[in-house]
Amino acid sequence: MAHILLRHRDIPDINTLNVYKKNGGLAAFKNAVTKMQPNEVTDVVKNSGLRGRGGAGFPTGMKWSFIDNKSWPHYVVANADESEPGTFKDREIMEGNPFQFLEGLAIASYAVGANASYIYLRGEFWELAAFLDEKIAEMEADGYLGEKLFGTDYSLKIYTHLGAGAYICGEETALLESLEGKRGQPRVRPPFPPSVGLYGKPTIINNVETFTNVPPIMTNGADWYKSMGTADSAGVKIFSLSGRVRKPGNYELPFGTTFRELIYTYGGGVQDSRSVKAIMPAGASSSLILVDDEKILDTKMDYATVRTIGGDLGSASVIVIDDTVSIDWIVNKTIHFFRHESCGKCTTCREGTYWMSHLTERIHDGHGSTADVDLLLNVAKQMQGKCLCALGEFSTMAVVTGIERFRKDFDKAVKA
Amino acid sequence: MSLVKKYPKEVKQILSKYPPEQKRSAVMPLLYLAQREEGYVNKAAMQDIAKIVDITETDVAAIVGFYTLYHDEKAGKYRMQVCTDLPCALRGAEQFMESLCGNLGIKVGETTPDGEVTLEAVTCLAACDKAPMFQIQGPDGIKYHENMTVDKTLELVHTLKNAIGGRK
Amino acid sequence: MSKQVTLTIDGKQATVPDGTYVADAAKMVGIDIPVFCHHPKLEPVGMCRMCLVEIGRPMRDRATGQFVMENGAPKIQFMPKLETACTNKVEDGMVVMTQSNKAVEGQRGTVEFLLTSHPLDCPVCDKGGECPLQNLTMEHGPGKSRFIYDEKLHLDKMVPLGELIYLDRERCIQCARCIRFQSDIAGDSVIGFDERGRSTQIISLSDPGFDSVFSGNTSDICPVGALTTADFRFGARPWELDAQASICTQCPVGCNTTLNTRREAKSGGDVVVKRVMPRQNEEVNEIWLCDKGRFAYHYAESKKRLTKPQIRKDGKLARASWDAATKLAADNFLKAKKDFVILASGRLSNEDLFNLKTLSDHSEGKAYLYSNMAGGELTSLVGVGAGTNFGKMGAGTAIVVVASDLYEEAPIWYLRVKQAAQRGATLIVLNPRETKLDKYASFVVRYAYGDEAKAVNDLGKKSKISDAFLKAENAVVLYGSEGLGVSGSASVASACAKLLHDNERVGKPNNGLIGVWERANDQGAWEIGFNSEEDLAKVLKGKSVYIVGADPVADDPKLAKALEGAEFVAVQDVMETATTEIADVVLPAQAFTEREGTLTSGERRVQRFYPAVPVTGDAKADFSITSQIARHMGVILEGTSISAVFDILSDSVKSFEGLNYAVLAEVKPQWPIVGRGDMYYGGTTYENTQGMGVHLSAAAGRGEKVSISRVEKEAAPRPKENELLAVPVTKLYDRGTTVMPAELLHERIGEATIALHPDAAQNLGVEAGQTVNVSFNGVSAEAVVKLDDTISVGVALLPRSMGIAIREPVAVKVKA
Repeated sequence: MAHILLRHRDIPDINTLNVYKKNGGLAAFKNAVTKMQPNEVTDVVKNSGLRGRGGAGFPTGMKWSFIDNKSWPHYVVANADESEPGTFKDREIMEGNPFQFLEGLAIASYAVGANASYIYLRGEFWELAAFLDEKIAEMEADGYLGEKLFGTDYSLKIYTHLGAGAYICGEETALLESLEGKRGQPRVRPPFPPSVGLYGKPTIINNVETFTNVPPIMTNGADWYKSMGTADSAGVKIFSLSGRVRKPGNYELPFGTTFRELIYTYGGGVQDSRSVKAIMPAGASSSLILVDDEKILDTKMDYATVRTIGGDLGSASVIVIDDTVSIDWIVNKTIHFFRHESCGKCTTCREGTYWMSHLTERIHDGHGSTADVDLLLNVAKQMQGKCLCALGEFSTMAVVTGIERFRKDFDKAVKA
Repeated sequence: MSLVKKYPKEVKQILSKYPPEQKRSAVMPLLYLAQREEGYVNKAAMQDIAKIVDITETDVAAIVGFYTLYHDEKAGKYRMQVCTDLPCALRGAEQFMESLCGNLGIKVGETTPDGEVTLEAVTCLAACDKAPMFQIQGPDGIKYHENMTVDKTLELVHTLKNAIGGRK
Repeated sequence: MSKQVTLTIDGKQATVPDGTYVADAAKMVGIDIPVFCHHPKLEPVGMCRMCLVEIGRPMRDRATGQFVMENGAPKIQFMPKLETACTNKVEDGMVVMTQSNKAVEGQRGTVEFLLTSHPLDCPVCDKGGECPLQNLTMEHGPGKSRFIYDEKLHLDKMVPLGELIYLDRERCIQCARCIRFQSDIAGDSVIGFDERGRSTQIISLSDPGFDSVFSGNTSDICPVGALTTADFRFGARPWELDAQASICTQCPVGCNTTLNTRREAKSGGDVVVKRVMPRQNEEVNEIWLCDKGRFAYHYAESKKRLTKPQIRKDGKLARASWDAATKLAADNFLKAKKDFVILASGRLSNEDLFNLKTLSDHSEGKAYLYSNMAGGELTSLVGVGAGTNFGKMGAGTAIVVVASDLYEEAPIWYLRVKQAAQRGATLIVLNPRETKLDKYASFVVRYAYGDEAKAVNDLGKKSKISDAFLKAENAVVLYGSEGLGVSGSASVASACAKLLHDNERVGKPNNGLIGVWERANDQGAWEIGFNSEEDLAKVLKGKSVYIVGADPVADDPKLAKALEGAEFVAVQDVMETATTEIADVVLPAQAFTEREGTLTSGERRVQRFYPAVPVTGDAKADFSITSQIARHMGVILEGTSISAVFDILSDSVKSFEGLNYAVLAEVKPQWPIVGRGDMYYGGTTYENTQGMGVHLSAAAGRGEKVSISRVEKEAAPRPKENELLAVPVTKLYDRGTTVMPAELLHERIGEATIALHPDAAQNLGVEAGQTVNVSFNGVSAEAVVKLDDTISVGVALLPRSMGIAIREPVAVKVKA
């Protein structure tokens, strides 16, 4: 099947404006602006069942419909802060198929009446930002961005904005703070961005992949999109496969594809032909799914089904862990990540990740005791449900599921 | 020389991205600009930026302190930032780093004796499928180097150093 | 009245205004929800996670929008997670549980997390005893630490953020109250967080460090011992301190304070003031205090305090009895007849001034207010009216600030005016140069020094600005002394009063004129009938002078010269001054900390202060000394009971009618609730239990006929070609006699400066930081050049009370 999102894999040079246009590109945006009312655009996206690809899976069309029309101006922001360990899909989209992403962003901007939109890229995507700036300039020169588009009253400018090394800026309100030139710390919600967002104005924030789905949906219709995937999770998803597999990489597949297909059919199986011990389906923020039964690998990857095996699909960043790896090492690794990335705003996460890092390190270094493992589990649970944003909550996932599902590894570590 | 005097075009272009009453948004791109030459933001540059976007110097410093890609201290001309985060570590990033340290004769966080390369361990860079990998933060911005081996890396270091030598 | 919402907290019904946060609603009905980052004066941020509670809301049917009923009552749906009481607004029918197992467990968890990085050094911590973290740990925290003590983070324990405020990095719990106060309330964003996560730390990069005149307040609202003042650090334990209500005497705002005192060996067994704390008065200073008010109290304990009456004998001052000293003064005053002159300052209380004025009225003498400003008779006529409160001003009120740098002249007014503007008040700033208030103004008008009155008159003419001014239902004008002497001040005051009077913005609450006076009780002096005088030298020369609470010899060589030629000089003051040195009789007065009395603020609010420390030596209260002199002159004045003096005063002066000490001591409930056992909520600011004071009535408010006539001022001096027009400006930290004894402030006071336009400096061939000679009218002094590109080239700014005697605009020569 031809790719819907990673079209550069099928069509050479689709990252040039000419080739993109030759392949039907930008027609959906022009059609929307010249022939549709903004709310009609939102309705199509709503009906398609498209859900946010950043991890939370919130219905995209519904989010757009929440935009507060009593307050103006409106903004649309593309979240290109891709920083979840194990996630590397947005980068490939923007490098390979940039115009489809930009077109999706433009359509979203039209749908919610934004005349200025920002792409917030993680600071490391320095070269990519320059590349996108060129693409945006080409679109402007070709009349697809700028003042009074296609002879209508609608105007749109798109700007890139680079972050500077802070995982937390992937959290949408922290991203807004950062875009406003402040420390990237999450805001208290509510109010949510569709009512109070960038510069205090109504703002829609979506992930790069989410926007990239929009042009084909507008072109082919909601029903076409819904025909792919599962009832709960419509369409296709880019699965970022990493860890101990032979062929790591991005795989665009319909929702409902099984872990086995992803790992073995596409990923070439586990390195050194070892067996899968655990899967983190949503990067470092995941629960550790225990693969003690081959049947687990036959679980369909969609939002609802992954939940039945004790995990969340999130951003579909599938990290494969084989039986050579001890889970206490994994947990130590994730906790050090979260401790490093904790913004420090709320007590729970700031102190909790710090405390947990002391414990995981002690356990992993072989200086820990059984009591330390129990305390670690207890501290993680004490954090749960009490953090200001999801980062702190996610930091506990690997700890709690790791200890509860792989206790043996920890017992071994403290004995050794 | 002040930032505005040194980079008038760039400053203007950066400010043009944001609504005039939201100048503060420009603080991050301006910090990159200020960091361009010396690899870190000095006090004078912070004062400069504070003035341009109408916030205090303390506000600027608070931003420099929050984000890992801004530096307030001088290091090597090139910061080699190796990802040793979970997915990369599952693909040998830690061994790669260790070997690199051995070959360069420095520890993580240290700079080569010639002051050219500082070796740093960083969190995920969104290139998990191409580990081992690192980025180099230098005067020309940030560049990714993926699917790296120690040999390829040492060659790169050599090239970087020669390039500098040539420029001198 | 705003919409009210009814909810249930811990089974108790609470009806509170819509928009209230749950944490505040609980406080209103006497339920304590512990908080650290939340502060009732700050916007909520939900950071510290201390106020975790269970919140249930009535369930609504999605289709119909109606409440889902269960057993005849709306069904309550609780969230699966605990929520922060500080960020959730009340809703009708909401049910809050602050003491459920889940909530208690959440609160306990937060305290435990906070303590993992906390040094637990309460025994040596200044905050111990009034520390929210200490108190809330006792109440909500775990008894035992599960975090290994040896793994605790160790950080710097003495980081001066500036020379006034010290940071202990280990104690900081990153609640950001201080940072938010500085950026949101004070408008000085000079402290911030560096780094992130557990490495988050407070920094200040300003020069000087923590460059804000409100910095001390951060130590009040800091919920731990992280921020301490250099003044009080290791000074005393909070539980050793006594507390007495007082009023700040440093400026006309009249901030309510509490003096914390202690008897200590260090001070030779004396009872001394250990610190000055704000005392809540939401109509005056809320819960804040500026740093001058907080730190410049040391003069009362100065080594130069006068302790005994003295009489000059053979050219030297020698100790004398009270009777002999007052008799000598009285004899000379009697002898002088019409040449008896009283010169008194606004540092004195209403009672002191009243006795002085009565003495002059009953002898043949004259009484002058020692001030560079005029117009107080007008503020008495047009108000501000009783009931005026900056805290309630917002949309619908115009605030005009003329010829004043409020941040320097009256910081708390700056803060209150700024906030009123942020709430929607129309702020119009008229000033010849940029001031901090400009940023919050709807309109900024620049005029040339000398054109003050014209700028005010122009507000009465049709323009966009006058439209905005007149559109507002209420109007308050504050006028200061930027670039003005007595004559200029009289002129601008009359222009302001006329503008207000012509447009009927007088005598009512939130309407009228406010003088940004130099001293705490200048307004009181004007109410009692004092006047300022432009040519003081002329009225002093050759006279028998009774100088009370003023140091003209140090202030102005011209006055020093005039007093040299005086017939007789009696000086009554708390400290040795240059003026006491030339006196024939010196009369030691009690400091305001040693006695009681009342002051009238610039907002015309009369407020009481109380004795906090024992009297120094044989000093007496000013009113009492005056009474003793008067008796020798055959005039009977009350000299024993100060409240009796006040009663006579309120019988004699119309605007004081009906007031007495009991009325002034009345308090009413205030929001937010601060200063009881629960320092965690509002900070360590004291609750007001000893009086909030009462507004004076204004003639216009009493329905008296008021007419205002314009006062023309004398023409400004014309600088010659090689001269500049130097104008006096006010600096908060100056070399005033009540400021200098506070050594802590010396760095902020700095040297005498002269501000020049960069072009003017270039013309003179001088650079910033260079010392130059400034000369005028026989005065010659050194000053350090500062550059200011917001003034015009022909103008130089000379700060008052910095060692260069400038009372009005003058032509000066500046030489490198």
